[in-house]
Amino acid sequence: MNYISASPALLPARAGVGFKPEHFGAIAADQQPLGFFEVHAENYMGAGGVPHAQLRFLRERYALSLHGVGLSIGSPEPLDRDHLARLRRLCALYQPESFSEHLAWSSHGGVYFNDLLPLPYTEETLAVVAAHVDETQTALGRRILIENPATYVRFSQSDIPETEFLTELTQRTGCGLLLDLNNVFVSARNHGESALGYLASFPLIAVGEIHLAGFFDASEAGAPLLIDSHGAQVADEVISLFEWTIEQAGPLPTLIEWDNDVPDWPLLLAEAMKAQDRLRHAERGYARRLDRRAL
Amino acid sequence: MTSVMSGVAGDFAAALRDPLVTPPAMLSAHAAPAASTRFCVYRNNVAVSLIGALEARFPATRRLVGDEFFRAMARLYIKAQPPRSPLMMRYGDELPGFIARFEPAAEIVYLADIARLEAARTRAYHAADAEPLELSSLAALDPENFARLRLAPHPSLEIVESAFPIVTIWASCTGEAPLTAVEDWRCETALVARPRLEVEVRRAPPGAAAFLEALARGMSFGEAADSAAARAKDFDLALIIASLIGGGLLVPADGVKQMETIHGYLA
Repeated sequence: MNYISASPALLPARAGVGFKPEHFGAIAADQQPLGFFEVHAENYMGAGGVPHAQLRFLRERYALSLHGVGLSIGSPEPLDRDHLARLRRLCALYQPESFSEHLAWSSHGGVYFNDLLPLPYTEETLAVVAAHVDETQTALGRRILIENPATYVRFSQSDIPETEFLTELTQRTGCGLLLDLNNVFVSARNHGESALGYLASFPLIAVGEIHLAGFFDASEAGAPLLIDSHGAQVADEVISLFEWTIEQAGPLPTLIEWDNDVPDWPLLLAEAMKAQDRLRHAERGYARRLDRRAL
Repeated sequence: MTSVMSGVAGDFAAALRDPLVTPPAMLSAHAAPAASTRFCVYRNNVAVSLIGALEARFPATRRLVGDEFFRAMARLYIKAQPPRSPLMMRYGDELPGFIARFEPAAEIVYLADIARLEAARTRAYHAADAEPLELSSLAALDPENFARLRLAPHPSLEIVESAFPIVTIWASCTGEAPLTAVEDWRCETALVARPRLEVEVRRAPPGAAAFLEALARGMSFGEAADSAAARAKDFDLALIIASLIGGGLLVPADGVKQMETIHGYLA
């Protein structure tokens, strides 16, 4: 089934944060000036208890993004039907504004690796990934977003650039994209390429959400290596890419992803508010340009 | 599925699982670091995330053996029994069994039972919700009707039987109770449950396991009490009522079925 809509963004074009249970008390104390919360779908696949009580609370008060990390869409093996059914029930229960997954695989031969693993980009893998995205959209009855990965290796078999692979994926399936700008920066540095060059060929029209996060620098002399750690503030270089992107595409729902060494709530909220300021700034500039075009 | 894609994922997966397997040959790197070094980022991510998941789920077990021992044991467990599902909340369900057979840990005789208790806590945390039966709601019942009640264990409840004082040991390892020498070294049965939102661990009164088992088989309150009294010598009904109903560990028998339907989305 092909899901095409005018805009892939049902989340508000404001800043949001990845929800961490340790922040629940602080979040619940007040209405937060945030556009949305994002949760990892797999953490809410138990039957009840605190996770669902907290998610119900957030759902009633904020827009919600459900972010899957375990479907293994980039695997050559068939999708896990049980997992797809669990995602469908979760979507039916919470009606999130957005569901997203990754251009990656995480299971093989019945083993789950709990990491987002890379795939070669070829005609063959494109056909498989497109079929998996299609199957997922049909199962969930909604358009989904696919996130660009942070990668550390490439494959000698790859003969399609990642941006072209993703563009083609959106055209074949009607899916939207989740643009992770930290991943763009990390991958570009790791592969000796230009992050802006990547963005210039990225289909911004299909972007339904942006992710911002921090990385870990594991470089040694003459051997640059950045690791997508989600454990630090957003780097200045990534902020620059963010400014460039929303200048081009206008404001988009933007998530601060901070999953490791999680800071106190005020610091995380402050990171989100910095992104919010930039979105507001971009909105004004974008509106001015649209006005001029209308004249 | 064909060819290149399967080959790549298969080789990649094999090298992730076993550090002695060489990283796949088709990896490329434009410059330093070498592809094999880059591959280690993935190997490290997988190991760190899985060990981290076990550390988070088994804090008392880890405290009993120390960080270094726990990490080494976790590595062996991960190799022997890697996750089979993307639901990480379930990962480690088999760790207690692994520990029971793990020779280097044999000296700590109660270690596997502590791990069983901790595994049950995670399951209770995620179990279906059900409103516990209130003791006050039964106050008006005469003994005959009380005996006829059809009750069931709360869906989150698990019984962990042990030949060791596991509740005492667990509590002192997690800061729930002060760390002192266990003076009364005798067997304890743990009741692990989440009547509302908090997971609770308590010592079971004598005969509780037999009584709960009888309830779960569909016996009425009175029948279960008789059955448990026949099997457990120090069975005390007053203690059972105070602990199980007072502790919110029982629900109306048909209530459980209703809740399972509501939460039927769990596979």
